[in-house]
Amino acid sequence: MQWLSAAEAVSEYVKDGQTLYLAGFTHLIPFALGHEIIRQRRRHLTLCRATPDLLYEHMIAGQVADQVVFSYAGNPGVGLLPVFRRAVEQGTIGIQEWTHFEMVARLAAGAAGLPFWPLNTLDNELTERRPRPRVQSPFTDDQVAVVPPLVPDVTLVHTHAADDAGNLYVDGLLGDIREAVLAGRQVVASVEQRLPAAQIRATRLTLLLPAFRVASVSVEPWGAHPSYVFGQYDRDTAFYRDWDERGRDESAVESWLDEFVYGLASRADYLQRQPPGRLSALREAAGQ
Amino acid sequence: MTTPPLTRREEMAVVAARLLRPKERVLVGVGMPNLAANLAKRLHAPDLVLIYESGILDANPETLPLSIGDPVLVRDALATISMLDLFSNYLQTGWVDVGFLGGAQVDRRGNLNSTVIGPYDHPAVRLAGSGGAADIAACAQRLILMLPQDRRHFPARVDFVTSPGHPATGRRPDGRGPAWVVTDMGLYDFDSTGEMRLRALYRDETVEAVQAATGWPLAIHPHPTRVPPVTPEEYRALRALQQARGGPRR
Repeated sequence: MQWLSAAEAVSEYVKDGQTLYLAGFTHLIPFALGHEIIRQRRRHLTLCRATPDLLYEHMIAGQVADQVVFSYAGNPGVGLLPVFRRAVEQGTIGIQEWTHFEMVARLAAGAAGLPFWPLNTLDNELTERRPRPRVQSPFTDDQVAVVPPLVPDVTLVHTHAADDAGNLYVDGLLGDIREAVLAGRQVVASVEQRLPAAQIRATRLTLLLPAFRVASVSVEPWGAHPSYVFGQYDRDTAFYRDWDERGRDESAVESWLDEFVYGLASRADYLQRQPPGRLSALREAAGQ
Repeated sequence: MTTPPLTRREEMAVVAARLLRPKERVLVGVGMPNLAANLAKRLHAPDLVLIYESGILDANPETLPLSIGDPVLVRDALATISMLDLFSNYLQTGWVDVGFLGGAQVDRRGNLNSTVIGPYDHPAVRLAGSGGAADIAACAQRLILMLPQDRRHFPARVDFVTSPGHPATGRRPDGRGPAWVVTDMGLYDFDSTGEMRLRALYRDETVEAVQAATGWPLAIHPHPTRVPPVTPEEYRALRALQQARGGPRR
């Protein structure tokens, strides 16, 4: 485990053509690391996420991806993902689509080092298009559907804290994070803060991943904005609502990327550019 | 004080709330299902267990969340668990009594499309896709579907079967599957063959109007009724829920 800046971590661990999983279901979405991947202009990535969310909107618009592997391509609580939608409708990006259960089952197989994972759900039109084999139980007469493992080259994650050794800790909603980090060959993390182990263990933060499974950790306050960090800052719902319109206009997306990604050297600059009062209101809403 | 009447969408939430029974475990989505489930919890079913697919067990939100992963759902929840834990050990094993699903299209068997309008490989409109919907449709003990009703949402054939309903051959043999459809025109159940059937109409609707908004010859219950009007208690609970602006909990 090494302490790196986000720029150093992406430069060292994220390579063109890799399969990446940027984890976090609504909560703890690693925007700082994702924006760094755009800024360093990685190409031909396969981007996996149960919910592509606005982060993959940014990354698709930043032309880093050839393919998206996903299970729900919506803007949570708002509507659809306009950049993703345009790319799929125009055929400029490949997709591989699963249900939520299948996605996390694939990660579970990857995390456990197994060749497949069984699940007991019905066939549907997705499983007709992308056949989902069944295997015979050696113990009973049952046949069980199976999905293949998903093993990202790199899983990128943002968490509440790391201790000095690089153990990662979280609180609140887990979503797909635990399976995603355990499945990744390498885990690149950003954290809100670096804290002494004794202080972390005195709180109710729970271990997400031991340091020996972590490649690098970067301290990036607000690294999940505009998603949220439970107890630290709330979700920037205005940003999510505004994206519905902004994302429909290609030039508006380009100028947003110019202003908030390409034109900036770091996350600190990104925070400087937020509308006055926006970040403090999100802190306050989280009870801080 | 003026009391603005409920919109038809709000009335749909009231009708759906009445379909939930005390102590049931409900897997809730955002939008109308969320409104309906939270309303039921404040009326006849205070012990309703709200489950959200992001991995939240027994949520007690003070205010209505924008998304199913919002912090307001986490603050007073019994627990947050991983999605694998939720889907494998609670949904797959039949512990979820009621699943709520919406979509872009539904057909007479309760097949739902939330994936695509037009051909999958050349979509006219690319929608969000399954999320947990296909898993919920497969595993929840019964399903409540909520959609606005017109020929676009109620076609003879859905463009894509994201979440399967009752098979063409009859009702699901395991007793699960679509139980109710709540629309802005009426309430539907599924007959013994698994066919969607008009059960009740809102007070100002007619069978003719409902048929005209449906892309197939609609089955009609022998004695269709009227949806009972929203009670003052339901009205107050719904408005209170919408106006709640609880500050952060410390």
